[in-house]
Amino acid sequence: MHIHFLDPYRSGDSLIHRLDPRVKFVLALAFILTCALTPAGAWPVYVLLFATILAIEILSTLGVGYVLKRAILAFPFVLAALPIIFTTPGAVWLELGIGSWELTISLPGLVRFLSIALKSWLSVQAAIVLAASTPFPELLVAMRAVRIPRLLVAIFGLMWRYLFVLADEALRLNRARAARSGNSGQPGIKAGGDLAWRARVTGGMAGNLFLRAFERSDRIYLAMVSRGYDGEVRSLPLPAITSANWLVLLAGLVILGVLLSLSFLFGS
Amino acid sequence: MHIPDGFLSVAVSVFLWIVSIVVVGYALKRVGKDLGERQVPMMGVLAAAIFAGQMLNFAVAGGTSGHLMGAALASILLGPWAAVLVLTSVVSIQALIFQDGGLLALGANIFNMGIVGVAVAYMAYHTLRKLAGGRKWGLYLGGFIAAWLSIEVAALSVALQLALSNTSPANLAIPAMAGVHALIGVGEGLITVGALAFLSTARRDLVEAGEAGPIKGSLVWVAGLLIALVLAIASPLASARPDGLERIAGQLGFLDAARSSRSQIIPDYAFPGVSNTALATILAGMIGVLIVFGVALAVGYARRSVRRSERRSERRDHQVSSK
Amino acid sequence: MHHSIEIEHLSYSYPDGHLALQDVSLSIKPGEKVALVGPNGAGKSTLILHLNGILSGEGSVCVCGLEVSPATLGRVRAMVGLIFQSPDDQLFSPTVFDDVAFGPLYQGLPPGEVAARVEEALGAVHMSAYARRVSHHLSMGEKKRIAIATVLSMKPEVLVLDEPTAGLDPRSRRSLIRLLGELPLTMLAATHDMRMVRELFPRMVILDEGRVAADGPTGVLMEDVALLEAHGLERT
Repeated sequence: MHIHFLDPYRSGDSLIHRLDPRVKFVLALAFILTCALTPAGAWPVYVLLFATILAIEILSTLGVGYVLKRAILAFPFVLAALPIIFTTPGAVWLELGIGSWELTISLPGLVRFLSIALKSWLSVQAAIVLAASTPFPELLVAMRAVRIPRLLVAIFGLMWRYLFVLADEALRLNRARAARSGNSGQPGIKAGGDLAWRARVTGGMAGNLFLRAFERSDRIYLAMVSRGYDGEVRSLPLPAITSANWLVLLAGLVILGVLLSLSFLFGS
Repeated sequence: MHIPDGFLSVAVSVFLWIVSIVVVGYALKRVGKDLGERQVPMMGVLAAAIFAGQMLNFAVAGGTSGHLMGAALASILLGPWAAVLVLTSVVSIQALIFQDGGLLALGANIFNMGIVGVAVAYMAYHTLRKLAGGRKWGLYLGGFIAAWLSIEVAALSVALQLALSNTSPANLAIPAMAGVHALIGVGEGLITVGALAFLSTARRDLVEAGEAGPIKGSLVWVAGLLIALVLAIASPLASARPDGLERIAGQLGFLDAARSSRSQIIPDYAFPGVSNTALATILAGMIGVLIVFGVALAVGYARRSVRRSERRSERRDHQVSSK
Repeated sequence: MHHSIEIEHLSYSYPDGHLALQDVSLSIKPGEKVALVGPNGAGKSTLILHLNGILSGEGSVCVCGLEVSPATLGRVRAMVGLIFQSPDDQLFSPTVFDDVAFGPLYQGLPPGEVAARVEEALGAVHMSAYARRVSHHLSMGEKKRIAIATVLSMKPEVLVLDEPTAGLDPRSRRSLIRLLGELPLTMLAATHDMRMVRELFPRMVILDEGRVAADGPTGVLMEDVALLEAHGLERT
């Protein structure tokens, strides 16, 4: 029983899939940065940004529905920003009466809240397209190109390799516990144990997982050493970025720059 | 606790990125020195274990479940710097691959879970173990409190960052985060204790190995204490911003009817013009932490180079005398 | 008198679309010992996971007269003891005693009863002296026995095993087979170990590509070399 669903990469042959991962990585970050820098209330620019990411989603053949569905995951956090519609001072937009309570929603507060929600939604779409259109090994290449230390990238790589193995073990631990979680059926006796006991049992499972991982890492180390590993991470030099990709990178950055400049005209 | 993109201001995001890069960079060097070639396989696989460990859950009530974050456990078993690397890996992959936390906000998330969580847990654990003088209860109480604090203080950190970014009013975000995570922290504490109990019987040596000597760990200990103090003091101050709560109170008609009890809704601090001062205090606190970090780092380096040169001169003396 | 296990027209597809079980029907009477054999990927483990409700597919699964459904999971798990292939995934408590006690403790039984059950279960697997040992340090054979004990302490009616002899050296295998022979419970074991099947399991069910290819007396089926080879099995 394998946990396939953990890997978000969906293979395909679209233009987006074929882009150099370094370019995709930088553009995704640039898009998110542009969203962050765009002031609140610059609605036309938000629409343009959405059009941009939507175009990319369509080009990627990942399925707009798929991307938008995954984007909902970040939504619950929006509640954290909800209070500012009441607490930001400014022109009154709506007065709510709930029973004997009266709450005032201010216009600047509403603008700010919607801007945050939109920016967050746009950013997460960019991240989803990046992860779904780029196999993980290529993302590691992108990280190296952006000057993330080679040692850290190597750690990420190994983590990824063993993530699924260990996630499988965690799943089996959960199942083994479920298999022994029965109900005696005797009247007056409640099954389940108390909360503290359940938490401690879970801790035991975590300790078990951790210990096996630790000992496994030892075996992996020995295997690496047997193949000549000496602590230094050596890899083949990265291939040059093709001119087509440079063009895409440039075009992308220019578009984002233009959108950002526009936003300062509209923003509050 | 993973903050998505769009909720933190660019200034806060960039600031925390810089802090995280500095700390993680140092952690890489430190762990490289301590573990040598074992660094990559060990950190990688253990990061996978923490990630997978977060999938283990236990039923709380009405369909909700609790599970592990892991900063305290990693810190206790691996020492603070390795724990920083492990948690950084977990949080980074969660953001990049699973969109659990944003990419621009990743610096903040690494800071909150991988640095604050680890430092505070380390400080609490070692303090309690020293207090217990090696007796068993030190392990379990230390583990519990370290885990609880790692969650609670990280949550405070998140709340302050949201407040500084003007995304959430401080006097709602801070109590809300602190309150909810006080409960979540209990779950983390219990799981951590359970894990330590298992490991104590199965591999006692691993549990003991995480104990760094007093000098090696003091930088982190001091940082952990300061972070906890700063956040503990800054949070109620920030919470005391009267603007938000007062507006609502006024609208709800409470303000006039109960002027005398306003001091109960909004704690009264001695500072006049509390809101601005509160913000200034938080900023000062964070800058202060950085300064202390920097000083402690410098002191740590100085101590090590002093010891190194002492050892070198010792060896020279030995060579001279043995001739 | 109800059947211990009654599976009717069970079908199951994994989330990724792979059809693991197709219209499987199987009944096992109380006290019967049945071996489930077939090549890797046949669906043996998948079928087993339906018996205590970890997976649920189309069709019906009844255990000891009780239909397996979300409402009955608690009772089902008390009546069907599932032992997985890797003991490391099942021994998650600090000591052997804790692991064997988990089942009864979860059920909320009083401490005296729990201790009695642990003693009985460890005795049944001939590991009474191991109560205070650390599971992690035991050998594979010892861990497999303890894993059986963790389930016996719940006093199930049916024992279901996934590859019980996998990974064991000849001596441990021999003693495990002897142990399984001693237990009076209804038993279903998924296995590749054809020699053990001959010894312990009078009835054999061949599963291949999610379907029941054959279901009959072991002695008879074992002589049908063509049938065995057609489903990736060897005559022993």
